[in-house]
Amino acid sequence: MSFLNYASREINCKIVYYGPGLCGKTTNLQHVYQKTAPESKGKMISLATETERTLFFDFLPLALGEVRGFKTRFHLYTVPGQVFYDASRKLILKGVDGVVFVADSQEERLDANIESLENLKDNLTEQGYDLYSLPFVMQYNKQDLPNLSPLSELQKYLNPTTVPEFRACAMSGVGVFETLKAIAKLVLMDLKRGAR
Amino acid sequence: MFGPQTTLVLYDEEAAKVSQILQHLLRAANAKAIFLVDKNGQMIASSGEVAGMDTTSLASLTAGNIATTGGLAKLIGEKEFSIQFHEGEKDSIHLSIVGGRVILVVIFDLRSSLGLVRLRVKRASAELARLFEDIGRKSEQRQGDEAGLNPFAEITDDDIDNLFR
Repeated sequence: MSFLNYASREINCKIVYYGPGLCGKTTNLQHVYQKTAPESKGKMISLATETERTLFFDFLPLALGEVRGFKTRFHLYTVPGQVFYDASRKLILKGVDGVVFVADSQEERLDANIESLENLKDNLTEQGYDLYSLPFVMQYNKQDLPNLSPLSELQKYLNPTTVPEFRACAMSGVGVFETLKAIAKLVLMDLKRGAR
Repeated sequence: MFGPQTTLVLYDEEAAKVSQILQHLLRAANAKAIFLVDKNGQMIASSGEVAGMDTTSLASLTAGNIATTGGLAKLIGEKEFSIQFHEGEKDSIHLSIVGGRVILVVIFDLRSSLGLVRLRVKRASAELARLFEDIGRKSEQRQGDEAGLNPFAEITDDDIDNLFR
């Protein structure tokens, strides 16, 4: 649910990065944080365990500039990927305006990706959303590693409806901003249609 | 009222009313700062000593906190915990859910007390709940002619691309 404030002429939108454990959701946000000018970003908050696994969420507020006289702010959230944190994931999806699914492209993680995508659909359905009606983009992360699933296989299992998709290496930043730009664009186009 | 598919829209007139209620509460409760946050973590309004405070993070963490305790409440068969209080050495935070949809955050120090804050919050909450009922109703009425009011109805691909230059 975006928030349109006529008094301060601001629009706030919520984007959630979803995906299996260790797929690189936090790394995506860290790269965006590192490469964004200080005046455009707020503090990045990570509620993580001592071993740097996300416990509740990461949060990064971004101010992208003005559209038609309205300051455009995107609040980026990640969910904890580990299977047993499902209750937390449900909470973070509340009021979501756009979803990025970060897939781990390694062959041995294909099942984990499929399971996480199903979990995303289920959790959205519980809240009255349909994943494919929402602004949604797919990122195939870890493309620098040797043991990759073939792209055709990732597409077949993770992106049957061919939403915008990006190959990425979040560690080096490849594809990170392309993904963010695509989801931001879809969210704004969705607002344009007044669908939400 | 604000279902998952709607946008919360706050117009100047309502924003002014919200601000008025917060300022009154600030004085009546002898508080340091007051925030109104929506349940999704977006800051709606603030009042008091807010300069130097990271209000965006505060809003996001407040919503996370309310969501977590709401989850806990459901686990034990409660609808929600409508009030929370976190006591610090000097400053304390009082959180309450208003009208089931927004969160009223009152930060106060030793110049005030929990009793006073609770008392004043109760009254302000009732006023805010009524105001947000109105906002919800208006927003439903306006949904029909949303396209005419939507400032984003005219945006182009170029506008969006410019954001990333």
